[in-house]
Formats: sequence, C-alpha cells, structure tokens
Amino acid sequence: MSAAPAPARGALAFRGLTLGYARHPAVHHLDGTVPAGTLLAVVGPNGAGKSTLLKGIIGEVAPLEGEVAHPGLARREIAYLPQVAEIDRSFPISVFDLVAMGLWRRVGPWRSLRPHGRAVAEALAAVGLTGFERRPIGTLSGGQLRRALFARVLLQDARVILLDEPFAGVDARTTAELLDLVVRWHGEGRTVAAVLHDMEQVRRYFPVTLLLAREAVAWGATAEVLEPGNLRRARRLCEAWDDEAPVCRGAPPAGPARHPHGHAHADHHDHDHGPPHEHAA
Amino acid sequence: MPTLRARRVPILRARRVIDLLTAPFSEFAFMRRALAGCVALSVGAAPVGVFLTLRRMSLMSEAMSHAILPGAAVGFLVAGLSLPAMTLGGLAAGLAVALLSGFVARSTVLREDASLAAFYLISLAAGVLLISARGTSIDLLHILFGTVLALNDDALVLLGGIATATLGGLALAYRPLVMECVDPLFLRSVGRASGPVHYGFLALVVLNLVGGFAALGTLLAVGLMLLPAVTARFWATDLTGLIPVAMGTALLASAAGLLVSYYGNLPTGPAIVLTAGGLYVASMLLGPRGGLVWRLAPGRHLEA
Repeated sequence: MSAAPAPARGALAFRGLTLGYARHPAVHHLDGTVPAGTLLAVVGPNGAGKSTLLKGIIGEVAPLEGEVAHPGLARREIAYLPQVAEIDRSFPISVFDLVAMGLWRRVGPWRSLRPHGRAVAEALAAVGLTGFERRPIGTLSGGQLRRALFARVLLQDARVILLDEPFAGVDARTTAELLDLVVRWHGEGRTVAAVLHDMEQVRRYFPVTLLLAREAVAWGATAEVLEPGNLRRARRLCEAWDDEAPVCRGAPPAGPARHPHGHAHADHHDHDHGPPHEHAA
Repeated sequence: MPTLRARRVPILRARRVIDLLTAPFSEFAFMRRALAGCVALSVGAAPVGVFLTLRRMSLMSEAMSHAILPGAAVGFLVAGLSLPAMTLGGLAAGLAVALLSGFVARSTVLREDASLAAFYLISLAAGVLLISARGTSIDLLHILFGTVLALNDDALVLLGGIATATLGGLALAYRPLVMECVDPLFLRSVGRASGPVHYGFLALVVLNLVGGFAALGTLLAVGLMLLPAVTARFWATDLTGLIPVAMGTALLASAAGLLVSYYGNLPTGPAIVLTAGGLYVASMLLGPRGGLVWRLAPGRHLEA
C-alpha cells in the first residue's frame, strides 16, 4: 500500500513506563524498545496489563510514571483496534462509511470520498466483506464487525498497528485470512503489536513476544519467551490489586525491578527488559 | 344542469379549504411572523434533534432547556422582558453548563448524563431563586410559554441567524460529528477533531434551545427539536433520510399547530408541540420502519 518506511519511524520505546488506574499500576516499570518493523505478540494472563499497554501507546491512558516514545511518528499515525470497540452499533451508518473512516487522515472533514472508492472496496475485499457496503453496521455479526474494523485499520495505512485481541470471536477461516493480512503488514515493514491468547498462533506467526504480567516477565524471541517456566512465573506474578499496597519507591534505572517494599518477584534475569532480539519473519 | 353542479362543488370545496389554511397568514402579520419564526426554528432544531436522539442524549436537551433559565432570569432582572437580554443570558448560562458538564465528563469518572444532571439542577435552582426574588408569576409564565405570536423583527433576525449558524455548523462538521457519534475512540485516535466537535455540537444544542425559548418558551423549546427527530425514525433509516424527514415534520407541525391555535383560540406553543406529538403518535403506529402496525403483521420470513 505504501513505500518502505524510513528505518527509525515506527519504533516504540518504553522508558520506566508505569500505566495504571487510581494509582494502582497495571503495567509496572516497563523498559525496552520495539524496533520499527517488529511483529510483536503481547501475551500474559488476564489482568496482566496488555490492553493497558496498548492504550498507553496511543495515549488513551496517561502514564503514571515514565514515558512511551515513538520518534518521528505522531500519535495519530498509530492505528489501534480496541478489544471492545466503543462503536455505537445502533447508529444508522453503512459498512462502507464505517470502513471509510480509516481515510480520515487523507480526506479530513471535507474532502470527497469518491476518489477513494476503489481503496475502500479493496479493503473490504481483503477482509471478505465484498457486497456488504450498503449494509447498516447494526446488521453485522460480531465477527463481521471485527472484519470491518480490520478493513478500517487497513485503510489507515499506519506505520504502527496495535491490535487488541483481534481474533476474539472470529471463526477459524477468517482468523487465518486476517493473520495473512497481519503477516502482509509485517512484510511491508510496519510495526505490529497484537495482544493474543492463542499460544500456537503466537509461535507460528509472531517472531517476537512480550510476556507481560504487570511487569515484563520475558521479552524476546518467541520460542525462548514461551517456555513453561516463564509462563508459570507470569501466572504467579499477576495478582489482584492490593488496597494496602505501599507507595512504590521507584524502579532502578534498568534491569529487573527490585523494590524496597519487595512484593516478591521471582528471578527473571534472562530475557526481561532489555531490547529484544530481532528476528526476520 | 346537474353535471356542471357536480363538477363545481368539489372545486369550491377545495378553494374553501385552501382559504381556511392560508387566510390566517395572509390576513394577519403576527401569524406570518410566527410562521417565519417557526420555519427558522424547524430547519435548525430538527437536524440537531436527530443527532441528539442518535447519540441517546434526547433528555439532555430537556435538562439543557432548564439550565438556560438562570441566564434568562438574570437578563430579565437587568433589562425586563427584553428578548436580546434574556437570549444573551440564556446563551451564556446554557453554554457554561454544556461546557462544564462536557469538561467534567471528559476528565473525571462521571459520565456525560450524570455530570449534566448535576449542573442543570444547580442552574435550574439558581434560576428559580432569581425569578422568585423579583418578578411575578405572570412574568414566569412568559418565560415558560414564550411569545410566539409577538415576534418582533429582532426575534426573527435572531431565529434566522440561529438557523443559519446551525445549518452551516452541521455542514462543516458533518463527517467528524458522525464519527464522534459512531466511534469516539477512533476519532480521538486519528485526529484532534473529537473535542471541538463535541463542544461545538453542544453549543448548537444550546443555541437552538435559546432560539426555541424565544418562540415557544423553555418548557416547549425541546418539542420542535425532539418530536420531529423521533418521528423521523419511523420513516427513514439513515441520516440522509432522517434529517429531511425531521425538518419536514417540524415544518408541518409548526404550520398546523399555528392554524389549530388560531381557529381553536388555543395557546400557540402547546398547540405546535401537541401537533408534533400527534404526528409522532401517528408515525409510531403507521411508520413503515418499525411502526407498531407493521410489527403486528410482519409478513412471512424471506429465504435468505
């Protein structure tokens, strides 16, 4: 859809990033870089802060501490497919109009959509929704709406694409088609980060994985990250809020988090925090 | 000659009906002024009402019409029963409440409806306090029921200006407004339009309520905004149909309501809103898009 990116554009850098709600961290002292063009899977148990991390990247959740940097890239140039879209499905708008929203950065509030009719049709075809143009969005099934939203992301033509559980509630064949799309994006040099639960999928398609359990348990080549030890540790780390939790005294500048108040962390020196190894797809 | 008579009677009857419908307007300037004011209000308020109902903010306009009261009361206390003063006051109060509640909704845990409820109650109580501090119940009736049969040039210019501003504003912000309604998170993630569009729309709501308050009074200002919009849902499915149908319904209700009030010697504001209400009930029963009668006889299901 577009030319290859400049090398640095599309990288994401986390520096001591802490995101959360009501002072309780959901993502705690995350450090590291996602190089441009990475196909990254974000995995972890429920409540591990995966969705919060994506919301932090697009700026929907403000950091409690630290920062997310995306050098050379405006926040608006990051495409984001939320887990539960805030879409009002009863609003009388057609699938075409919903998908065409992805052209916003090119057409703005006033320019005509007509020259982009083909692009919209192609995006709809790519997700298998040809013929649905005039259907009101209220008549789509959950999986079909998900596909329409994928088509919208496609039209956004963004350097960085964040997908939050993109395949939840989508049938196997559609999932395979959408995964092809994700792989195509990767081939075009876009940075893609997807929150996923299907470990088989992650192993097969995603070269790099971040295992998150409020903190980064492991981050690197997928095969090394997804070993039983790491997964066990992730499950243990991720507990409910502690209402009595003391104020965090801040993290050491880099490396594994060690807090004076010591909510016990297991040792995880091997893979965490450091910049991940890059693997070609 | 029986054949000639038979042909002439319907023609005469038709002419009488046309006379009945047009005479009040051709004979009385105040009726023409009232009609012109209502036309302006219908054209501006109805599309705003369509967006309000689609955003599930129907009752928000009702709350907002109360929020206007203290501003109008301050204008009344300062300048007496003067339209510009009361309009400016109402505008200021309405915009303040809209912006404050929008701001609170966007920066705290409160939802828009809850924060609006809080602010409009404060505003309404302040308005009642101000009016009861000075003024009589007759003045209050004026504020509540409006002065549609006494519209002067100033009022007509105001109503026309509001309608023009509303249509211009909606045309300019149409696409981002639709996006803000359907998927606000997406609009926030791709551009900066979300906030300005939201506040701009609230400002249009206030503007039209203030306009309606001049013509119909605060209690009924909401009527021409919402009833036609709700009615339109039974006749059209998408925005390009809803907006013209709502405008047409509002115009019809205005003209018919004025005639009803003229011949029935009834108060004009309630007559217009009740006419709009009648159109709503009829559409609710007979409207082809989900009307009650069609629900009762849905027809046999299709093959695919």
